[in-house]
Amino acid sequence: MAQTKTLTPATKIDAELARRLLSQMLLIRRFEERAAEMYALGKIGGFLHLYIGEEAVGVGATSVLRPDDYVISAYREHGHCLAKGSDPRRMMAELFGRRDGLSKGKGGSMHLFDKSKNFLGGHAIVGAHLPLAAGAAFAIKYQGGDQVVLCYFGDGAVPQGEFHESMNLASLWKLPVVYVCENNRYAMGTAIHRALAQTEIWRYAETYGMAGEAVDGMDVLAVRDVVGRAVERCRREQAPTLIEARTYRFRGHSMRDPSAAVYRTKEEVEREKERDPIRLFRERCLKDGTLTEAEVRTIEKEMNDLVDEAVAFADASPEPPLEWLTAEVYKE
Amino acid sequence: MSVMTYREALNLALREEMRRDPRVFLIGEEIGLYDGAYKVTQGLLKEFGERRVVDTPICESGFTGVAVGAAMLGLRPVVEMMTFNFAILALDQIVNSAAKLYYMSGGQYNVPMVIRGPGGPAHQLAAQHSQSMEVYFYHVPGLKVVRPSTPRDAKGLLKSAIRDDNPVIFIESETLYGIKGEVPDDPEFTIPLGKAEIRREGTDVTVFAYMGMMYRALEVAEELAKEGISCEVVDPRTLRPMDNETMIGSVRKTHRAVVVEAGAGFAGMGSEISAFVTENAFDDLDAPVERVTGANAPMPYAKNLEQAKTPSKEKIMAAIRRVCGA
Repeated sequence: MAQTKTLTPATKIDAELARRLLSQMLLIRRFEERAAEMYALGKIGGFLHLYIGEEAVGVGATSVLRPDDYVISAYREHGHCLAKGSDPRRMMAELFGRRDGLSKGKGGSMHLFDKSKNFLGGHAIVGAHLPLAAGAAFAIKYQGGDQVVLCYFGDGAVPQGEFHESMNLASLWKLPVVYVCENNRYAMGTAIHRALAQTEIWRYAETYGMAGEAVDGMDVLAVRDVVGRAVERCRREQAPTLIEARTYRFRGHSMRDPSAAVYRTKEEVEREKERDPIRLFRERCLKDGTLTEAEVRTIEKEMNDLVDEAVAFADASPEPPLEWLTAEVYKE
Repeated sequence: MSVMTYREALNLALREEMRRDPRVFLIGEEIGLYDGAYKVTQGLLKEFGERRVVDTPICESGFTGVAVGAAMLGLRPVVEMMTFNFAILALDQIVNSAAKLYYMSGGQYNVPMVIRGPGGPAHQLAAQHSQSMEVYFYHVPGLKVVRPSTPRDAKGLLKSAIRDDNPVIFIESETLYGIKGEVPDDPEFTIPLGKAEIRREGTDVTVFAYMGMMYRALEVAEELAKEGISCEVVDPRTLRPMDNETMIGSVRKTHRAVVVEAGAGFAGMGSEISAFVTENAFDDLDAPVERVTGANAPMPYAKNLEQAKTPSKEKIMAAIRRVCGA
């Protein structure tokens, strides 16, 4: 049951699907590049954790879900939120801390929530949202639904107790949840071999008696394939899966770690950038004729325009009114 | 009206709310097959089945997080902490997830859940099983905190807590599970959160006390009445939000206040109640507010030391005499 999936299927892909996957990955990339610029300009504060380099995981995995399925994530969640279909304008407004933000400016980059898209949020205590994912899956099962929960987390969450508690409960209770570990090999500045006695993260699935698989997280189609099978199994048997998507973060841990040079070499980063998931997918689509150069250029322009609109929208949105400070602490 | 124990009143509240609302379910350690470590959930597995009475392995953080996630999707979990001391293992889920999700999601996801179980001093349970845990929670915006002292309150407040749309910390007591009292039979009987109760009317001094200390304060009031000191004993019942009207109203009448708490005093519940009274009724006070608290030490095991740890009747009496200038 546990195999490493690394090869892209050789079959030609549907042009419409290719357009969708490339569009989403590009939207995320441009959104975050602009967010970094806005951070430098002081428009965005706090912590800003960029997903650049990891787009194939969020896009590939979310692409197999139905709109009524749930997604939950940690604090590097812009990509997951965009992939689930949230409005980039309201997301950027949240990053700006404005009233039209998804969370009314009260959450910021690490706490994006979108109930209309069943996006259960960005959670910023490492490991803490894994039990929440199991709980959402528990609720689905309790209510007799056939939705699934997709839970993204990083390799940094694996040594936490809540990872192990969640795997145990999800498997013990047969909960419809797919745990997708985005293994970018560094928990902040701690390389995986300095953090985990077992660095093959998918192998923890064996311990907890569930299906487990590793996948090349730079290959959007491979991710789609592996997660697609897990989601199908989840819906059919209400059985959880642990997937380890091997990926890489091209930027620092956050904007406060700009060089990311202390704990990894420049050569390593450059080497990994050779496997940029967007470039790989674009080249593949052009090479096999799925998309034309002109189509790709059109997609690029459309995504740039969407992000421009998002920035303009965020900039025009007013600050939250002061009376919101103590509003919605309790539900009346 | 029926006479029943505090434990039976809690059990009835759970049973009635589970019958009333299919979204309500129970989750915790030993609550089903074992019928509850303190038998509060006795018979509920039999009536409601494994779907709604969920036995968990020992993983407080994990199952509390499961409850939060289920609440985000609209269920109404009631989590049992076998003793509230174990809630420390779930503190992150309670403080960082349950309490904050509604606010930091901009009002999109509320967390209607109750976390209940016994806390405070009991019978020689020593340092790790005897803490007055309410102080760990009342500081946190987004949480409500309840400590019910009587069977009637146990039922009425637990039902309100389950119907509340926010996370509610509901801390019972091992020492009170067996006490008996009159409890309304009406399944629609509830006591609103945030309402204090005057347990004994008086004119000279207001004594704030809850749980075991409330009963001790009533004994003290009885004895001091013989000396001509008239104590009004006020039970806050809900520690967050506090009942300004009843608590401050009482001090405006008596002009004096003593706060009794079983827990260690430093940054304790008494600190907050004293500040609450001083800020809201300073001009009405004829004497500084006195606190009578547990010793600033972990709970010892030895019986004599354990007894010395919590405020004695004598200490409470002395404080009352001081504020009354008697």
